[in-house]
Parts: sequence; structure tokens; C-alpha cells
Amino acid sequence: MMAHHESTYEPQGRWAKWLDERLPVPRLVHDQLVEFPTPRNLNYLWTFGGILTFCLVAQIITGIVLAMHYQPSGADAFNSVDTIRRDVNYGWLLTKLHAVGASMFFIAVYIHIFRGLYYGSYKAPREILWILGVFIFIAMMATAFLGYALPWGQMSFWGVTVITNLFSSLDGVIDGLGTAIVQWLWGGYSITGKTLNRFFSLHYLVPFIIVGLVGLHIWALHVVGQNSPTGLDVKTKADAVPMYPFAVAKDVFAMFVFLIVFLWFVFFVPDYMSHADNYTPANPLATPPHIVPEWYFLPFYAILRAIPSKLGGVMAMFAAIVVLLFVPWLDRCRTVRSTRYRPVYKWFFWALVVACLGLGYLGAKPPEGAYIVWARIFTVYYFAHFLLVLPILGLIETTNQPPASIAESVLGKAGSDSRADAEPANQG
Amino acid sequence: MTTSKKIAAFVFVASVAGIMNTTVASAAGGGVAIERQAWSFSGPFGLYDQGQLQRGFQVYQNVCAGCHGIDRVRFRNLVEPGGPGFPEADVKALAADWANAVVDGPNDDGEMFERPPRLSDAIPGPYKNEKQARAAQNGAYPPDLSLIARARGVEYTGPVWWHPFHMLKDMATAYQEGGVDYIYALLTGYRDEAPAFKRTEDGKLVAVSDADAEDATGVERCASVTHANGAEKDVCVALQEGMQYNAAFPGHQIAMTPPLSDEAVEYKKNADGKPVVPETTAQHARDVAAFLAWAADPSHDQRKRLGWQVLLYLLITTILLYYAKKAIWKRVKH
Ligand code: HEC
Ligand code: HEM
Repeated sequence: MMAHHESTYEPQGRWAKWLDERLPVPRLVHDQLVEFPTPRNLNYLWTFGGILTFCLVAQIITGIVLAMHYQPSGADAFNSVDTIRRDVNYGWLLTKLHAVGASMFFIAVYIHIFRGLYYGSYKAPREILWILGVFIFIAMMATAFLGYALPWGQMSFWGVTVITNLFSSLDGVIDGLGTAIVQWLWGGYSITGKTLNRFFSLHYLVPFIIVGLVGLHIWALHVVGQNSPTGLDVKTKADAVPMYPFAVAKDVFAMFVFLIVFLWFVFFVPDYMSHADNYTPANPLATPPHIVPEWYFLPFYAILRAIPSKLGGVMAMFAAIVVLLFVPWLDRCRTVRSTRYRPVYKWFFWALVVACLGLGYLGAKPPEGAYIVWARIFTVYYFAHFLLVLPILGLIETTNQPPASIAESVLGKAGSDSRADAEPANQG
Repeated sequence: MTTSKKIAAFVFVASVAGIMNTTVASAAGGGVAIERQAWSFSGPFGLYDQGQLQRGFQVYQNVCAGCHGIDRVRFRNLVEPGGPGFPEADVKALAADWANAVVDGPNDDGEMFERPPRLSDAIPGPYKNEKQARAAQNGAYPPDLSLIARARGVEYTGPVWWHPFHMLKDMATAYQEGGVDYIYALLTGYRDEAPAFKRTEDGKLVAVSDADAEDATGVERCASVTHANGAEKDVCVALQEGMQYNAAFPGHQIAMTPPLSDEAVEYKKNADGKPVVPETTAQHARDVAAFLAWAADPSHDQRKRLGWQVLLYLLITTILLYYAKKAIWKRVKH
């Protein structure tokens, strides 16, 4: 296995040797971030992991500075955010970097997840890597939900109202359980500044849990090595290039393209991804005509409302996320990883993409008429994809034959054992 | 295998068709189509027009301030760059003469007292609180206008299949003026009477033009119509006592009396004695809407200017990075 490659680090000088015998951080960096073998055939979909790491760091930095000016109280929260925009130096930039940044984070994570689904990156030996990913995704959603409450505008308040009230449906399971959870979340019998206070506390906490999970995620990645568009692992030196400078050059370029899109929104369309109602202070007495969550929750919100019973809807919504944890075992296709070599599954994969986009669209629409019918069809497909298509198709589909190795897929049969072209992997 | 391929293809086509089919429902959704205006600050290059912001403030001061506060804006903001940019001395005098006082204190005797505002104060509105405002406005509440241009938006009303493209177009052309377009439509959307409808034999309400309504019988005036399903009759929602018909306002019944009229505000005159822009309702509405856009987003000009500097830097760096990446990978087939 290339991932367990021998360390090639040689400390230069006395001080480096001294450190290497005590805390070999330079060795770790050298082995894991410089020499680390990355498949030579990765496409740009593999740059999103790095982009996500950037997003996480950016959110934490902008968030910490915002927290220096923000007042987490029912009376002051909205005004303090407005004051940040108007009176804090570059406060208008800071608030938007953080708010648009959250949306960009989700765009990147959805691409990252669908990349994993398409290339079968969740399959052995990457199950734990994938599961850690799902935990990260759940923690990201929690953080975003908590954070959206903080400006304490109309949509903040009513979003919190709708989502926390979902838990009251658990009263149907154990009498009083739902009510107890709701009151515990609220810190009282209604949503008040107290609720906001605890949301702020948790919103500051969860990102650091994500940092820990990402650490494990990357650790797991570096134990098993990266998957590749062919679904093949790195087996020989000819399959791989060292991370530096190859993968790094590509990642940095992709990150700048991502930054252009990100900052286009921040500077020129800063309100596009958020809701106008959140510029009106929270008012418990005035319900907005449509209560709509942030766009990245819309597919799950559509599933929630597609089910005619409240408890059923809540369970379906959570099941839609939890089912992802089991994907490594639901998919029974053991012959190949990558959808490239699965002529039938390919169609179902794109049907899933359409279903998710469709659910996202319908989540913003009132639950009535044709909207609800289509939300139900897509919901059924969503679950059928994971619970029926993945297991059954995996067993019956005739897959195509992938190349013997990554090197062969790039260089053709002759090239795969040509030493000359493997040269970059040999250096150092 | 071909059967499964067919099933897959069917699912795909059906889903796409499904998204398109939802048009049926959206027609019943009832969003109001708001016409988009050309603003000096539209698009990625647009900036505020200082003259327009000054005129807009004039309209606010002379008309809207009677009922609406704007208390997140401070007098000093009227002087700052990127806004109306009035001379400081003028704004000082304006503050000293402002119709509403600021409550300050307690003084050395422990009493609260009123005093004229200073440059650093928020512009005081006409009412002390919501209760007082409602008491003065027959129970209606004229909202504070500081953020109104960002607190309102426009709803998409076109066909569903076009919606994703419409969204992409808005992102690419940096359309951010939904709230301002709405305010303009609101201020120019009044009609003396609610629109006329006639009932067909099966109970449907059909709009008729005012000219046709003149000499027809059985005309109903409806602020809005609730369309019924199946056999039931449509319901005509008549204008309530004390309400005005407004084409842009959700539900079309608004408690605000038409605030603007031609020559409501006197603008600066050119050398020939004519005002710099016509003193019409539409022009007043346009100017005050632009002013409210600034009030809600005072860093707008700075944002776009800095945005181009940042984007230019990113573009150049990205191009360099692209060639660097190409050079690095040249030795390796991939
Ligand atoms: C005579 C008092 C009065 C004046 C003058 C007035 N308004 Fe209003 N305005 C109201 C009231 C009352 C409402 C609340 C209407 C309702 O909720 O039905 C309102 C509501 C509004 C709204 C909110 C509409 C919405 O979407 O909720 C806007 C925007 C507005 N006014 C703008 C203006 C502007 C701009 C001016 C000056 C050109 C102005 N108003 C002058 C009384 C006034
Ligand atoms: C904070 C969010 C996340 C961060 C910072 C992050 C970071 C990374 C990084 C740096 C990589 C390696 C580069 C790459 O392959 O793109 C990676 C790989 C991976 N991630 Fe994530 N990730 C996040 C969320 C997720 C989620 C939500 C999932 C799935 C549910 C996931 C699943 C995976 C998988 C399966 C791989 C291995 C892919 C392969 O080698 O083919 N990650 N992640």
C-alpha cells in the first residue's frame, strides 16, 4: 500500500534532528503533505476537500472577529449586527464573508459528497472516512442552523420556531418527551433571548468539534490513501505523484477559482443567498407569510413536508441524513468502485442528483398542489435510491472492466511499466 | 440490463418533466410581478448618484418623515462619502432644526430632558414607540425605513422551467435591487378604485377594463380575488374601510394613504428656472427609493469599488496559478 509509504524525511542540521527525536512535526508535514503519494489521474472534483478546509478556517476566523462585536441578547442582537455593518471598520465585509461563506461551504460539501457517491469513495477501505464525513456534514448543519438564529431577524426567529417545534412530535412516541426536549432547547416555555444565548454558545462550540472531526477524516484518508476517478487505489509508484508540488499546485489554483465565485457574491450580490425577511427584527407576534430555511436545508425541508404526518415527516427528514451512514454497506457492487464502469448505475446516480435538486426547489415552495405531489415522488426516489437501487443493482449489474492500474489508465498498457514516466514519484 | 436502463431513463425524464410541470401550481401562488427599474447603482459597476440621494433625502424629510422613522441612520451619515454627501454645516443646521427632539439625560437633577439632535445622533422619528405610531395611524404601523430596502424583495412569477436560468442570470448580472424596485412599485402603484371584475355564469371572476366597467352592470370592485377550485364560486375580496388599493402591496390593501403627488417636493432649479429633474410622482418615488437603498446599504459604493480591486487581483493571480500548475504537470502524463 502506497499510503503506508516509508518516511523519506531526513532532518537537516542539529536543531532539526533534536526536534525530530522529540516531536517530529516536520517529519509529519514532509511525509503527509509533501511526499504523500496522490493518484496522478485525479480530476478537479478532488480539489474540494482542500477547499472545504479553507472554508472551515475562514468561517472560524471571521466568526471569532464577529463575536467580538456581537451581543447575544434578545434586545441587542439585531441592533448589534446592524451596528457591525454600519459602524465597525469593514464590518459590512466581515458579516458577508461569514454569511456567504456558510453558503459556499455547503456548495463545496455537496459537490464533495456527490463526488464520493459517483466514484464509490465510500467503499472499502474508506468506510470510516465516509462516516466521519457524514458526521462532519451533520455538525455543519447544526452549526449553520444555530448561526442563522444569531442575527435575530424574522427568519431567524421563525426558523428556530419551526425547527425546534418539530421535536414536539416526539410526544407521539413517548408522552411528554417532545415537550421536554423543546423546552430544554428553548431554555423556557417560549423562544426568548435565553434561547438565543444558548444557541450562540453552541454555535461557537460546534465548529471546533468539526475541526476535530476533520482531523480524523484526514487521518483516515492518509491511512487508506485517496480513491481516484477510475476507482483504483495507488498500488505502485507509477500510479502516483507526490502531493507537493503536483496536487498542491492544482488545489491552490482550484481554490482561487472558488474564491472568485465566493467573493463575487460577497462584493456584488451579498444578499442573494439569504432571505430579505431577516432584515426585519424578530417579532414573535408577526408570522412571515412563508417561512423558508436557508437554501442548503431545502431538500430536507421538502422531505419533511412531503410526509403527511408530522412525526413521519420528522423521522423521514432525519432518516434522509442517517441513511448516508450506511451507504458503504447498502451498495452491494463489489466488482468496481467508480460509476465510470457501472453503465446502469450511472443513470440512477443522475436521477438522484435530479431528485435532490428537485427537492431543493420544492422546499422553497408552498406545500400544495403539484408541488407536494412532486416532492413525494422525489422523496420516494431518494429513499429508493439508497434502500433499493444500491443493494439490488449492485448485485445484478454487469459492470465494465476498469484498467489494471491508474498508470495504465493514463499511459496505456505499454506505459504502465515504463520506469521513465514514473520519475516524479521517485524524487526525494 | 436494457430494461433497467430504460427504467433509469424513465426516472430521469420523469423527474425533469416533473420540475417543469409545477408551473401549474405556481400560477395559483399569486406573487405580484414587480417591474425592474434601471438604477444608477444596478449591476456590478453601478454606484449611487449623489444628486439623487440628496433629492431622495429631501422627499423623505418633507413627506415620509411625518409618519416613518429612519433611526438607524445618523445625521453624520448624511455627510459621509458614498452617501448624499451634504456639506457638514448644512447637516448641523438641519439637525438643530429637526422636527423631532432627542431624549437625553438624566441631567444633574436626575431628570430626562429633550434637546435638538446633533450630528452624532440617530435621526429621530415622529413617534416614541410602536403603540404611539399605531394610535396616530388608525391602528396601522408605519415601519422604520432604515432597512426597508433590504427587508423587501421580489418574488419570481415566471414559468418554473425558466426559474433556474433566471437565478443564474441574476447572480451573473448582480441583481440586488429587488427591495428598491418594490418600493418604487409601491409608491407608484396606487389606484383610486380597486380593479373591476365581472362574474361569469359559472361563478368565475374575470377582470374588465375601467372603460368597459363604466356602463356595464354587475361589476364588482375587488382588491383581490380568491380563486376557488371546482364547483365553488370565486370570492371577491373588497377594499376595507380606510384602506387604499395598491398594485404592488401583498394583498393589495394598504393603510398608507398615497404619500406622493406631482410637485409634492420642490427640487433644486437649473439656471433656466426648471427643476433638475421633473417634480413628478414617479421621479419623487424613484429618488426616495434610491435614498432608502443607501440608508439600508451605506457601504454599497465602497463595497463595489473594493470588490473590483479584489477581483482583479484574484483574476490575475488565478491566471498565473493556472500556468504554474500547467508547467508543473507538464512532465507528468495525467
Ligand atoms: C400618512 C402617513 C404616512 C406617510 C406620509 C408615509 N407613509 Fe409609508 N406607511 C404608512 C403606514 C400606516 C404604513 C403601513 C401600511 C400597512 O401596513 O398597511 C406604511 C407602510 C410603508 C411601507 C411598507 C410597505 C410594506 O411592504 O410593508 C413603505 C416601504 C413605506 N410606507 C414607504 C413610505 C415612503 C417612501 C413614504 C414617503 C414618500 C411614506 N411611506 C410616507 C404611513 C405613511
Ligand atoms: C468540513 C467539511 C469537510 C472537510 C474540511 C473535508 C476535508 C476533506 C479533505 C481535505 C479530503 C481529501 C481531498 C479530497 O479528496 O477532496 C477529503 C476526502 C474525502 N471526504 Fe471530506 N471533508 C469534509 C466533509 C465531508 C463529508 C460531509 C463527506 C461525506 C459525507 C466527506 C467524504 C469524504 C470522502 C469519502 C473522501 C475521500 C475521497 C476520495 O479519496 O475519493 N467529506 N475530505
